[in-house]
Amino acid sequence: MSNAAIGEGIGQPVRRKEDFRFITGNGHYTDDIARPRQTWAYFLRSPHAHAKIRGIDTKSAETAPGVVAIFTGKHVADDGLGGLICGWTVSSKDGTPMKVGPHPILAVDTVRYVGDHVAMVVAETLAEARSAAEMIDVDYETLPAAVALAACQSKDAPQVHPEAPRNTCFEWELGNKSETEAAFAKADRIVKLDLTNNRLIPNAMEPRAALGEYDKGTGTYTLHTTSQNPHVARLVLSAFVGVAPEHKLRVIAPDVGGGFGSKIFIYAEETACVWAAAKVGRPIKWTADRSEAFLSDAHGRDHLSHAELALDKNGKFLALRVKTVANLGAYLSTFSASVPTYLYGTLLSGQYDIPAIYVEVDGVYTHTAPVDAYRGAGRPEATYLVERIVETAARETGIDPAEIRRRNFIRSFPHQTPVIMAYDAGDYEASLDAAMKAADHKGFPARKAEAEKRGKLRGLGFSSYIEACGLAPSAAVGSLGAGVGLWESAEVRVNPTGNVEVLTGSHSHGQGHETTFAQLVASRLGIPMEQVEIVHGDTDKVQFGMGTYGSRSGAVGMSAIVKALDKIETKAKKIAAHLMEAAVEDIVFENGTFTVQGTDKTMPWAQLALSAYTAHGFPSAEIEPGLKEGAFYDPTNFTFPAGCHICEVEIDPDTGVTRIINFVAVDDFGTIINPMIVEGQVHGGIAQGIGQALLEHGVYDPESGQLITGSYMDYCMPRADDLPSFNLGFTKTVCPSNPLGMKGCGEAGAIASPPAIINAITDALGIRDIEMPATPARVWAAIQSRPRAAAE
Amino acid sequence: MYQFNYARPKTLAEAEALLAKADDPKLLAGGQTLIPTLKQRLAMPSDLIDIGGLKELDFIRAEGDAVMIGAGAKHATVAQSPDVKKHNPALAALAEGIGDPAVRHMGTIGGSIANNDPAADYPAACLALDAKIHTSKRLIEADQFFKGMFETALEDGEIVKEITFPHPEKAAYMKFPNPASRYAMVGVFVSKGPWGVRVAVTGAGQNGVFRVKEMEDALTKSWSPDAVAGVKVPAKGLNADLHGTAEYRAHLITVMAKRAVAAAG
Ligand SMILES: Cc1cc2nc3c(=O)[nH]c(=O)nc-3n(C[C@H](O)[C@H](O)[C@H](O)COP(=O)(O)OP(=O)(O)OC[C@H]3O[C@@H](n4cnc5c(N)ncnc54)[C@H](O)[C@@H]3O)c2cc1C
Repeated sequence: MSNAAIGEGIGQPVRRKEDFRFITGNGHYTDDIARPRQTWAYFLRSPHAHAKIRGIDTKSAETAPGVVAIFTGKHVADDGLGGLICGWTVSSKDGTPMKVGPHPILAVDTVRYVGDHVAMVVAETLAEARSAAEMIDVDYETLPAAVALAACQSKDAPQVHPEAPRNTCFEWELGNKSETEAAFAKADRIVKLDLTNNRLIPNAMEPRAALGEYDKGTGTYTLHTTSQNPHVARLVLSAFVGVAPEHKLRVIAPDVGGGFGSKIFIYAEETACVWAAAKVGRPIKWTADRSEAFLSDAHGRDHLSHAELALDKNGKFLALRVKTVANLGAYLSTFSASVPTYLYGTLLSGQYDIPAIYVEVDGVYTHTAPVDAYRGAGRPEATYLVERIVETAARETGIDPAEIRRRNFIRSFPHQTPVIMAYDAGDYEASLDAAMKAADHKGFPARKAEAEKRGKLRGLGFSSYIEACGLAPSAAVGSLGAGVGLWESAEVRVNPTGNVEVLTGSHSHGQGHETTFAQLVASRLGIPMEQVEIVHGDTDKVQFGMGTYGSRSGAVGMSAIVKALDKIETKAKKIAAHLMEAAVEDIVFENGTFTVQGTDKTMPWAQLALSAYTAHGFPSAEIEPGLKEGAFYDPTNFTFPAGCHICEVEIDPDTGVTRIINFVAVDDFGTIINPMIVEGQVHGGIAQGIGQALLEHGVYDPESGQLITGSYMDYCMPRADDLPSFNLGFTKTVCPSNPLGMKGCGEAGAIASPPAIINAITDALGIRDIEMPATPARVWAAIQSRPRAAAE
Repeated sequence: MYQFNYARPKTLAEAEALLAKADDPKLLAGGQTLIPTLKQRLAMPSDLIDIGGLKELDFIRAEGDAVMIGAGAKHATVAQSPDVKKHNPALAALAEGIGDPAVRHMGTIGGSIANNDPAADYPAACLALDAKIHTSKRLIEADQFFKGMFETALEDGEIVKEITFPHPEKAAYMKFPNPASRYAMVGVFVSKGPWGVRVAVTGAGQNGVFRVKEMEDALTKSWSPDAVAGVKVPAKGLNADLHGTAEYRAHLITVMAKRAVAAAG
């Protein structure tokens, strides 16, 4: 390896290339872009959870200062634009496809949640647009709203969409019902648990934003937007919404400040901005303020579940059955149907050999903001359910929580679960052992006793999690209802001077791709990282890509780069062989140098690159000039990151305050390219998991449907002092299905941590369950209502 | 924000004159409450009279048996003032616990008490320390100043100039922050001084800050944490929301009072 590359190779904690520009304020976010003659959009939103629109009077608003144009649902419909779509079709038990209500870009005759888009005002300034919006007179007939999830399927509940009776979008099932029933019939013990998975609001640091432009000369539209997958946005906007043909629409997602899933989806605002840019003949800018983000970003989670686990007398799991009601919100967002089904039900086997599983999920509409993927997407909900019921089983059987897990671990691979997934590799006991050691499990009783002397309650909780990442084999997801394939593409362009541009369909919005991808390419080509530029996020530059989510950028995105690099090497060797007058088979490429095996003939990378472009004396029939290769990589399986998180808490019974004393995470991510970046991903994920378990809760008023937690005054985002220093460790089993052996690390923290925390709290209090977020008020109330025996 | 006229007077007298002249004026001090309100278009004043830069209001002095704090003193200044730390450390600690560093370097004591947010910290200190509030028109006793949620005894055109805090013998403030906003969910300020014993509670009451007579009586008899441990405040009249029930807040008042007495020594 070249000297420069040694410190930058795979496995090195290389500092992030992108941080210089972010830290010095030189990033380029959508809101930073300003165009000549740019106008501003403001969206008038529904103040009601459910209402008929009898009429919209925009007359006086149209004459307000600075107003350029006002658009309502009627304009959108008159222009023949389609509505927003859900890209994944889920079918019910009876085989019928999910029942989908229309999702108009601007409301036509009904509004269905507080924040629903009613009109778009375009004006010279944002303040003018907003003032004009206040002058729009919307004649609403308010209607009762279906808000509380538990009550929405009753026959008296207000209807969100006439297409979906009892607000039920689908009644989905997975697994084998009769086998599961049979296993329950012969079980020695059945453990039951009702669980709530609380609604979360994503809160990426950069709010959503859009800048729509139209070039009258060429008929080309350009949309700058905060997207995790600009090509998918372009595809949806052209093929389904009909804004413009695909080749006349350019979507650019420049620097994006975090997404966590919420920027996967195609929303009304960016659609309206790019569409209306042609109508007004001027660029249109929109940036959400934080209040709008709370109201209109797709929310996450929000499940009610009943779970039952059947065990034999030795504590061996026989079967699991689950009934879940999942909130979809008022409209189906881009991938919402897949989240509580194929990303949830398929993970219910956890790390355990459970012979029979049967899960039913009802997807339910409510008069609330749409619910879609949020960091982990379905897998946190599955992990929470599995790890909570396993813990409950341990307590009810009196088997030690670690021991009951060991008795049920899957130990041979590949392992086919009853719920689609075929686990390829893993060593669950290794991560459990490592985590117990790091958590000083042995010393816990002494620490608990010491805390008791101080009047404090200590508890310890486990979470042995697994996730399916590296989304996903196209054929597999296609058979399950996905409207897209989930491969990734890459293109490696070698310049005549030897430096390299890598175009990738993976989008980076905090993941550090510019660093890790460059590490991979630099070490492979034997050149310094600074000679590698990672290009992404622009549909005019990158031919196609599926974007970033589901911990797929490493396992899928980098695999595509590896494939393209293989092709580069093949061609480069051909050129080297020609130039050095040797046989291709005799060319060795190592540390940036081509060598004719067994001779002292060598050629450095840069010289070869230049020769590829001068092409002097190339036999043109055999060797084309230039050095550029592209590849599409379609994974053959999901990847299965897994591990064990252990949380130790101390509770102050006087106030109900929970303090996390120690948080241990031992993860198996397969090959790690940059441990510093991986640790950062785990830290962020755990912070969000702690947020879900202790702090965050998206709450609507059950009657009015108003969002109560619409700002940081009430929605509790985790802050630095809410978090302990994390205690991280890694175990490794290589992923057999991709060339680098990577599994993905982006979601693990958020998936694994909540049950570890709640298991610790319920352990400390001696109670079965506590609803997330376990706020001081809830913990205190739980202490007050503890049965005497448990209260001791 | 809606349009408004903006003025930055150089003297208090000029500010008063501007206040008297304008249609529907608002004073602007640190802007930590008012600016967000304007940004959300929840207020539409005709004129903003910015007293943020008035030297006349920006002082802290110890004289005789009291500390005088100008209405324009920032939370951070109060927290770090040698005079406050020496004579009234509980007040300095309270100021140090308001919001975050940005808020503490902009927000003022005058703005805080004039706003009288039911979850703000300073009102508890004023009430418990028998503070005197000097305005452009008169002197108002703390007991008469706070009139309920966001309500004070201030009249239109009246400017808070100074708050006088007599030195306590013993005092401490214990704040249980709302997990989301970090304002006080329950804040209890206990004190002992020339005024006797006082216990003031912020955050919990539907009508803002209030005193707890039973606790004051119990502490007058015996200044010890145990003296208040048995005093239960009725839940009736306390706030209840998604962060906690009225019962929880009532319970926290006792816990925080106990801890405050322990901290006061
Ligand atoms: C993120 C955040 C967190 C916060 N956390 C806390 C907290 O934990 N505890 C807490 O107590 N507070 C908290 N605050 C509020 C903060 O203390 C404010 O600074 C304070 O409430 C208002 O002071 P100001 O100087 O900013 O007043 P401004 O916002 O400028 O004015 C507030 C009101 O007071 C009036 N006013 C201002 N000065 C005078 C005067 N001299 N005479 C008469 N009227 C006047 C104004 O007209 C206005 O109506 C927080 C604020 C923020 C933004």
